[in-house]
Amino acid sequence: MKRLSRFATRFLFYLLVLFVVVYSAFPFYWAVVSSFKPSGELFSTNPSLLPLPFTLDHYKNVFLQANFGRNLLNSLIVAGGATLLSLTLGVMAAYALGRLPFPPRSAVLYIVLSMTMFPQIAVLGGLFILLRQAGLFNTHLGLILSYLLFTLPFTVWVLVGYFRGLPKELEEAAYVDGATPLQTLLKVMLPLTGPGLVTTGLLSFIAAWNEYLFALTFTVGDSVRTVPPAIASFGGASPFEIPWGSIMAASVVVTVPLVILVLVFQQRIVAGLTAGAVKG
Amino acid sequence: MLTLRQTRLAWLLVLPTLLVVVLVAGYPLAQVFYWSFFKADIAFVEAPEFVGFKNYLFLLEDPDFRQALWNTLKFTVVSVSLETVLGLAIALILHSNFRGRGLVRTAILIPWAIPTVVSAKMWQWMLHDVYGIVNILGFKLGLLSQKVAFLARPELLLPSIIAVDVWKTTPFMALLLLAGLQLIPEELYEAASLDGATPWQQFWTITLPLLTPALVVALIFRTLDALRVFDVIFVMSGVNPATRSLAVYNRQVLIDFQDLGYGSAISVAILVLIFAFVILYMRSIGKEALK
Repeated sequence: MKRLSRFATRFLFYLLVLFVVVYSAFPFYWAVVSSFKPSGELFSTNPSLLPLPFTLDHYKNVFLQANFGRNLLNSLIVAGGATLLSLTLGVMAAYALGRLPFPPRSAVLYIVLSMTMFPQIAVLGGLFILLRQAGLFNTHLGLILSYLLFTLPFTVWVLVGYFRGLPKELEEAAYVDGATPLQTLLKVMLPLTGPGLVTTGLLSFIAAWNEYLFALTFTVGDSVRTVPPAIASFGGASPFEIPWGSIMAASVVVTVPLVILVLVFQQRIVAGLTAGAVKG
Repeated sequence: MLTLRQTRLAWLLVLPTLLVVVLVAGYPLAQVFYWSFFKADIAFVEAPEFVGFKNYLFLLEDPDFRQALWNTLKFTVVSVSLETVLGLAIALILHSNFRGRGLVRTAILIPWAIPTVVSAKMWQWMLHDVYGIVNILGFKLGLLSQKVAFLARPELLLPSIIAVDVWKTTPFMALLLLAGLQLIPEELYEAASLDGATPWQQFWTITLPLLTPALVVALIFRTLDALRVFDVIFVMSGVNPATRSLAVYNRQVLIDFQDLGYGSAISVAILVLIFAFVILYMRSIGKEALK
């Protein structure tokens, strides 16, 4: 009897686990399946749960008829640029804040911390004016700069934690050997923060890759526009005809790199997410 | 001597970041405050005119603003509560030992990694009134007596949007809570078991009290995020007044109506609302981290 109830508990537990997995993964699975089905099959009230019959039409459509290739390239430039720039600036600032004597340290850390919480919408109008004044409206650089609003503070905040965790002896040994503070940063400390750089770089890239509000507001047409606003505005021949197949194909293309990153760097990402929030 | 050189270097290293902060946050913020006292259009077609607090007075009686505030609060309270309960359940599952744990953790990261625009589109398709898989499966399994137009019926629109947001953001909650659970010493549970405490009692007397710090941080994080919600609402229902959040309304006034003055006043109001929560956040974890 006891054994039976233990078996039942175990069974219920795994049922719950199965439910969590299906709930999390099914919507993306369904997008993939839908993207490979011919339009006729999409609009069926008795759909197959597998991509049968199989077609690549929607993918061809997205790349040949829409400017999707251009949008993808823009996303890559903007997310890559914002990530590299915030890593470069972030490492410099985080080293100073984490390891060097810097009197206004607390004040700067407070500013950085409050900026990680900053609502993008609150500076939308101001940034719009700034980008126009500077001639950066509808340019990659303009979008990259605006993305630093959320990538840079986060990068600094997490990297300060990494720098602080490194043993003091390493630094002291370098100074004893006559290294300057800058040499110490570049040759001794930086190589040790590798994992921190990967984590913050990944999270910055994902945040910039997924960003919608600024991309929608600071770009016009497709020359600079990134993927999220492009997907959001995919239209059919008429307002009543929504090209679901193409939207799903584009969604899969933009999501697959992220899913791969998540699969490969799972541990790093989880560490970064919790470091950003819990440990600070 | 070394210390002096180090301090000088520190200034040099922090300076670029400070410049960026001033450029992308300080200056735009100053602009928003400044223009909130003017009647001005965002393209400056006409000469701006100083109007004092007129924009703020208008804000107090603008029914559209009030509706957007109400929508935002409803969205925030309901979605954050649901995420917390679901996230805690998933965190507890992930915290126990079982085969395939890694697989589950990977699976729950999928919604987190997907761009919000994409998740909104995916769910729009899944919630399609005729060909959506939710309607088809729900009908076949007998959960729905007839097909439901989730996104066309005004009373179902906000709940649908909330469901999409919960799907997307629960993983983040679950991971934060899991990190909290892992900090609770195993010995406490062993001692409690020896004293004959049931798992249910252990949950209420050990897990929940010791998880509170992580829970508070996660709640504040998600609340701040939910208060500034834009993407999921804008993609799923545009500027529909029934679901329009503060951020959606603010962008509409600023960009679509080109009303820089009133739009800036709304931005300031949002900022004040969020600032209140940021202070709360600083109190709970800021001090700890700045030690």
